[in-house]
Amino acid sequence: MQSAIPKPSPAGKILWAAIAIVGAWCLGVVALRRGEPINAIWLVTASIAVFLIGYRFYSRLIADKVLQLDPSRATPSVLRNDGLDYVPTDKWVVFGHHFAAIAGAGPLVGPVLAAQMGYLPGTLWILVGVVFAGAVQDFMILGLSLRRDGRSLGHMLRAELGEVPGVIAMVGVLVLMMIVLAVLALVVVKALTHSPWGTFTVAATIPIALLMGLYLRYVRPGRILEVSIIGLVLLLASIWYGKTVADTPALANLFDYDARALAWWLIGYGFFASVLPVWLLLAPRDYLSTFLKIGTIALLALAIFLAAPTLQMPAVTKFIDGSGPVFAGNLFPFLFITIACGAVSGWHSIIASGTTPKLLANEGEARMVGYGGMLMEAFVAIMALIAASSLHPGVYFAMNSPGALVGTTAEAAAQAISGWGFTVTPAELTDTARNIGESTILGRAGGAPTLAVGMAQLLHGIMPGEGMMALWYHYAILFEALFILTTVDAGTRVGRFMIQELAGMAWAPLKRTDSWLGNVVATVICVGLWGYFLYQGAVDPLGGINTLWPLFGIANQMLAAIALMLATVVTVKLKRERYVLVPAVPAAWLVICTLTAGWQKLFDAKISFTAAMQKYADAAASGKLLAPAKTADEMQRIITNNRVDMILTALFMLLVLTMLFFSLRAIVRAWKANRPTAQEEPYVALSSVAN
Amino acid sequence: MDTNTPHAPRSLWKWAVQTARLCCGVPDYDVYVKHLREHHPERDIPTYSQFFRERQEARYRGTGGRCC
Repeated sequence: MQSAIPKPSPAGKILWAAIAIVGAWCLGVVALRRGEPINAIWLVTASIAVFLIGYRFYSRLIADKVLQLDPSRATPSVLRNDGLDYVPTDKWVVFGHHFAAIAGAGPLVGPVLAAQMGYLPGTLWILVGVVFAGAVQDFMILGLSLRRDGRSLGHMLRAELGEVPGVIAMVGVLVLMMIVLAVLALVVVKALTHSPWGTFTVAATIPIALLMGLYLRYVRPGRILEVSIIGLVLLLASIWYGKTVADTPALANLFDYDARALAWWLIGYGFFASVLPVWLLLAPRDYLSTFLKIGTIALLALAIFLAAPTLQMPAVTKFIDGSGPVFAGNLFPFLFITIACGAVSGWHSIIASGTTPKLLANEGEARMVGYGGMLMEAFVAIMALIAASSLHPGVYFAMNSPGALVGTTAEAAAQAISGWGFTVTPAELTDTARNIGESTILGRAGGAPTLAVGMAQLLHGIMPGEGMMALWYHYAILFEALFILTTVDAGTRVGRFMIQELAGMAWAPLKRTDSWLGNVVATVICVGLWGYFLYQGAVDPLGGINTLWPLFGIANQMLAAIALMLATVVTVKLKRERYVLVPAVPAAWLVICTLTAGWQKLFDAKISFTAAMQKYADAAASGKLLAPAKTADEMQRIITNNRVDMILTALFMLLVLTMLFFSLRAIVRAWKANRPTAQEEPYVALSSVAN
Repeated sequence: MDTNTPHAPRSLWKWAVQTARLCCGVPDYDVYVKHLREHHPERDIPTYSQFFRERQEARYRGTGGRCC
């Protein structure tokens, strides 16, 4: 294209050769050193080298050949500049905004769960996945949206594939969102169960946010930074006071809940947060959690670089055979389902076709923002994996295994886990719990608590002090809970609008988003949808995460597959068939992974929802009760839950297959066409409109 | 900075503030005012707090959402 590609200088060649050698050497150490634990720095260095090489070479291929980005072409922000939504913005500002929008709890949770197979499988999937799938998806969708007035994924699907597949995909997005909200809320439930300290600090965020909201509205309108600092100070004070709450029985009782009660609290909270005016609760929490998120990711990076921990988890554990306690299923396909965000996340295709394409001042900058932003997220995932793998494996498995497998006392857990070959004493487990200021670490699946313990140990290693580890742990829990809850209330609101739009087709008054009735009805439906799965997770015999996380992974990868199929279709429509494999290979891989995982969740004798349903149905038929059900009603509920999960899995598979059919049809037609058939906006020279 | 990125921050602090605000859905106020003056001189220019309120509502009105 018009941008002349500079010939690499000899110095440049030497530099890239050096990076390649360093990266290969570090990867070799990570992959091949057996028997002795390695330092996390090897992993960090290998990752950075892979990211640099992927960015320098592969993203350039995509920019120049596949998307054919053209710096001389005017972007939507320039063409439609309105100073509000479409604003040509400095590329580093766009990068920061884009990264803050894509980084969430996902890359912190998935890799922690995947650590049960050892650090190596997760690391390799994150590195290969991000370079060839995740970053490709983000970058290509951003590139496509840039050429289409910054339109959304749904619009692009309808325009390039047709109305029907467009609507089908949007239903998929809604269902995915409900699962995301449920599974994230469940992570919070798992972290706060019988933890007065944690529950108090998370509860304190509500009055703090209300206070911030009022301040921002009436005292000092729009002073976000100022009010966020006030909020942060109050949050830190609540963490500090939380210890007093936990140590005072009368206070502790007020904040000591089991999983069921917490699930109900969250459902109620989600309802109110999304019905109340946004300035009062939702927005201030959002600000606080955005800043805390970025700050904490930076803190985690600092801790890993300074502490340079040794990875105590083996490179590969015996659980690659699918018998692991954290999630069930073989390495293929479940590793690729479990680590979604961090390697490839379908959700990003919504962000990459949301605000970001309306801000880029130049097409050439899409590479750094789209591809580079996703590499940053992969690095966050690598750090989460390091934090989990630097824990004592015994502690890791004690936290993440369901009580049904390891028992509910430190003695039983230590014995069971030592039996798996990860020697640990009951004292080590109770000491860890005491150090972090909790009564137990057992049954804290979901990634967040594990990461919190890992972070607390790393930070404690750098800044030791009596009782500091408990503060760090609760800080990490609070930060994760805060941004998960922000996702829950913002997501409930978004879901509410989507439901109102669908319901409005049946009865027009429901569509009005300012109508109080429509608002409440749609919110109740939305909260009911995710609340159902959350509650189901809270009472699940295997701890919930075990059941829900694969559903979330399948749904998220399904959306990524849809986005990459769209990218494939458009590549062919542009008659760039030579490069069709760039989006087609990751799309095919994700289709294979989601369909295989879905199939196993339906039909496998051990890990399927069908098998679980059968087990409970057989027991119920012979009048027996299986834990955790205590009554025949509860038995029935577990049977129903598994049936719902089966239907949902089948629905996801059907969705993938339908989209695959429509994509293949579009590809065949476009391949036969003798001219480009993609629906791009016409070329406008930047020089003709730039001021 | 080239002319194609007219709204480039000049310092690290300005970058941080602009990014932080944008992360909260609030675009640069000065840029908006400049845009209004140049392209829509007939319209009233909102105060920062009016601008902020409007943007705060707009952020949570549609189907934006954030990542998991």
